[in-house]
Amino acid sequence: MAVDGIAAPRRAAPRLGIGRLWYRVKGSPLTLIGAAIGLLVLIVIIAAPVLAPYPPDKISLSARLAAPSLQHFFGTDEVGRDLFSRVLFGARASCGIAFAIVIISTVIGSIVGCLSGVIGGVVDTAIMRLMDVFLALPALILAMALAAALGPSLFNAMLAVAVVRVPAYVRLARGQTLSLRNRTYVKASRSFGASPGYLLRWHILPNALSPIIVQATLDLGGTILTAAALSFIGLGAQPPTSEWGSMVSSGRNYFLDQWWYVTFPGLAILVSAMGFNLLGDGLRDMLDPRLGGR
Amino acid sequence: MTAADGDSLLEISDLSLEFRTYRGPIKALNGVSLNVRAGEIVGVVGESGCGKSVTMMAATRLLPEGSARITGGGIRLFGSDPMKLSERDLQHVRGRLVSTIFQEPMNALNPTRRIGEQVIEVIRRHQRLDKSAAAGKAASLLRDMLISEPERIMQSYPFELSGGMRQRVLIAMAFSCEPKLIIADEPTTALDVTVQALILSLIKQKARSTGTAVVFISHDMAVVSQLCDRLYVLYAGRVAEAGTTASVLAAPAHPYTRALIRCLPGLAPPKQLLEQIPGTLPDLLDPPAGCLFRARCREANERCVAVPPLAAIEPARRAACWRRIEETQAA
Amino acid sequence: MTEPPLLSVEDVEVRYRVTSGWFGGADVHAVNGVSFSVAEGETIGIVGESGCGKSTLGQAILGLTSVSAGSIKLRGTERDHSRRTHMQIIFQDPQSSLDPRLPVWRLITEPLHIRGGYARKELIDRATELAVSVGLRPEHVDRYPHEFSGGQRQRIAIARALAVEPALLVLDEPTSALDVSVQAQIVNLLLGLQAERKLSYVLISHDVSLVRHVADRVAVMYLGQIVEEGPALDVLDAPKHPYTRTLLDAVPSFERPLASIAARAGELPSNRTLPTGCFYRERCPWATTGCELPQLLVPADGLRAVRCHLVTGVNETAIPRLASPSASLLPNGAGT
Repeated sequence: MAVDGIAAPRRAAPRLGIGRLWYRVKGSPLTLIGAAIGLLVLIVIIAAPVLAPYPPDKISLSARLAAPSLQHFFGTDEVGRDLFSRVLFGARASCGIAFAIVIISTVIGSIVGCLSGVIGGVVDTAIMRLMDVFLALPALILAMALAAALGPSLFNAMLAVAVVRVPAYVRLARGQTLSLRNRTYVKASRSFGASPGYLLRWHILPNALSPIIVQATLDLGGTILTAAALSFIGLGAQPPTSEWGSMVSSGRNYFLDQWWYVTFPGLAILVSAMGFNLLGDGLRDMLDPRLGGR
Repeated sequence: MTAADGDSLLEISDLSLEFRTYRGPIKALNGVSLNVRAGEIVGVVGESGCGKSVTMMAATRLLPEGSARITGGGIRLFGSDPMKLSERDLQHVRGRLVSTIFQEPMNALNPTRRIGEQVIEVIRRHQRLDKSAAAGKAASLLRDMLISEPERIMQSYPFELSGGMRQRVLIAMAFSCEPKLIIADEPTTALDVTVQALILSLIKQKARSTGTAVVFISHDMAVVSQLCDRLYVLYAGRVAEAGTTASVLAAPAHPYTRALIRCLPGLAPPKQLLEQIPGTLPDLLDPPAGCLFRARCREANERCVAVPPLAAIEPARRAACWRRIEETQAA
Repeated sequence: MTEPPLLSVEDVEVRYRVTSGWFGGADVHAVNGVSFSVAEGETIGIVGESGCGKSTLGQAILGLTSVSAGSIKLRGTERDHSRRTHMQIIFQDPQSSLDPRLPVWRLITEPLHIRGGYARKELIDRATELAVSVGLRPEHVDRYPHEFSGGQRQRIAIARALAVEPALLVLDEPTSALDVSVQAQIVNLLLGLQAERKLSYVLISHDVSLVRHVADRVAVMYLGQIVEEGPALDVLDAPKHPYTRTLLDAVPSFERPLASIAARAGELPSNRTLPTGCFYRERCPWATTGCELPQLLVPADGLRAVRCHLVTGVNETAIPRLASPSASLLPNGAGT
């Protein structure tokens, strides 16, 4: 066979990898800020015991409701616990939970959605109508109802929020599946006799992943808010666990005189939620196929 | 803004242009020279990535200005440099003097509005006509495109029409403001051959009867040979050869043109291996020095390490190939 | 008893329902009674414009689309399994026919991977062997599709189709998405593989000159029917059916000036509701009485069959007979 048809291939282009991603991130300062915040949160979650100057639940009645100072960067609460340390440890509860929730709902949602798209027919219709019902209920109310029914605890709140988030992923994954199912390479694979399970494992799931990852990143911000809201109304983390939502909740009684009590945990919620939203938006813009090879 | 020197509508001289990408600049054009005179039909032929569309989009300033950068040479469109025009003047040029027909007619029409409204709007944007006069003009333009019931078509939405019908509507719109120059960017590539033949003959008829110049961009040598008076063959962002269609086809001067014609299956005996051009296009991120076709050329020699100029080899015939230039000098 | 042909397509019809709008859908009559057969080592070309049903027919042959009526037999049997192992398809667009996330060795050996039971090493070795046989280099098998040009991707797709050593390849517009200079490389590769491996091809294309170059026999399709069939050079150099004539006139050529095509010839009818009588009647410049009757595909001369009573003198109601003098009713001047 004639091999002279093939000259040296074009200069090997990197896949959609670190290099290309970095090129695009450089052009978008907001994404960089988002990524920095995300990284910071991760570091805090892992290294909270090292970074925190005091144990989070060390009571010091002599230093109750102290204003921010060099000893206590964020001040102290009504039993003299160091708010800075509590905010750092709170990241574990608040953001850790958000990660867990998003991972649970992403995995369940993607699998159900892809299956629904691949199987089609009655199963697909049944699943999608059930999801429509879930989506018709306000998310926070549904989460509250579930959390109240299961009993107030961090774990139950997490479960409740995860369930509420699932339908969005089911729809996203199903939409991806339906469009991927008509790709020529999926058709080709079918012509070789591939089963639906094979198509799902090798062609549909891997290619449906990037929009799902973007959605998950965008959701992290919202999930942090929902988890905090549940704790705020007492359905989530229970004292003495340090969690941003419940800290804001107990601090609201002191808001007028001891502003730092609510402000710092509140800021932590705001900054981390915003950070993940910025990162998600940036990722979406970068992974958007319509932007082509820029 | 009148046509300056003589009757040259568009003059591109030694234009170089690059696109910024994350792997570095892609040198899309490496010295394209091309001119279009009033009333002629000029073909611009080449394979994908040869810069044929980029050249014409640069001429009408339709390239994204953030990523495309002109690095050399110049453009004169109706006597002025489009890069220096104000937004207002540019709109005047694009609307009244030049119009463009694109490959995919669906994207060029607004899917939510009736055909009639869209054609009338284009007419009224550039001509002072009341609604009914514009509607009459729209109908007559569509009739020129051999659309038998223009009123019915004007009441339709784009999705109700076939690809060929949509392209005929777009050609009617392109001619509606009586431009001096029409740029047709592969207008028949997405269409079937019978529809293509119809559309080519419509473009030709209308251009001849109105005296409009047409730049016809295509990858298909045969189509260009049937339609165009003159043609430019582009390779890797450079003009390989230019001349009247008949003379280029009768005796292609550049080895690339010759290979491009010979590798068509229609000209070889059935079942025989076709003549193929070995290799692939050069990498425009890092184009090799000298003649860009050198690596794939059977006639390449040591002279080809220098860039061959686009030199006259016969009256009204130019080629960028050292061998032809030497032969001409020897003669 | 004679050996059954490698592939025989008998009276195949493909109809499917499109659900458009709120009030039910419409039936698309994509293929309306197509029969032909392919012998070992033979190439049959299927020519026609978009919407003529040629691609649907190709997918039906592979079993990717279900057939509403008729049968598709491989060496006389109708079993799905034998179709999958003995026939493969090459799609038009090599960009979308390769999964962007898999390396080339994995793409090429996909049919074996699906079958299962091969070790990774075996697959890579086999992929390398196949890659070399289609003109790629051994080291190419570790790369990903986006690193290749269109022509190289089509080579990968061809190597993949060869992985199960099929007897027949359906080539669905194999060169349409490629540049002219690369088309020649792929055509040469296909011709070489055919000679080497005694492959049969069903070549589906709108490109008449490609089909003329590669095919032994050709079938011209219009609105889901074959309107003319016969040896490629006979049909494409001296077409008889009015549609074949119009089609060939419209093909751009260096030797002819621009054809003047009647506007009505430039519009394809809808395949939602089939016309009565001759399908081509409304666009046909020579339509006359008798065209309102359904037309039969009957032998016109020698090895050729035509679906037009003006050529064959046969209408549905009439008794079939062989070649007729009424062919001279057609004006001259068509053909190349």
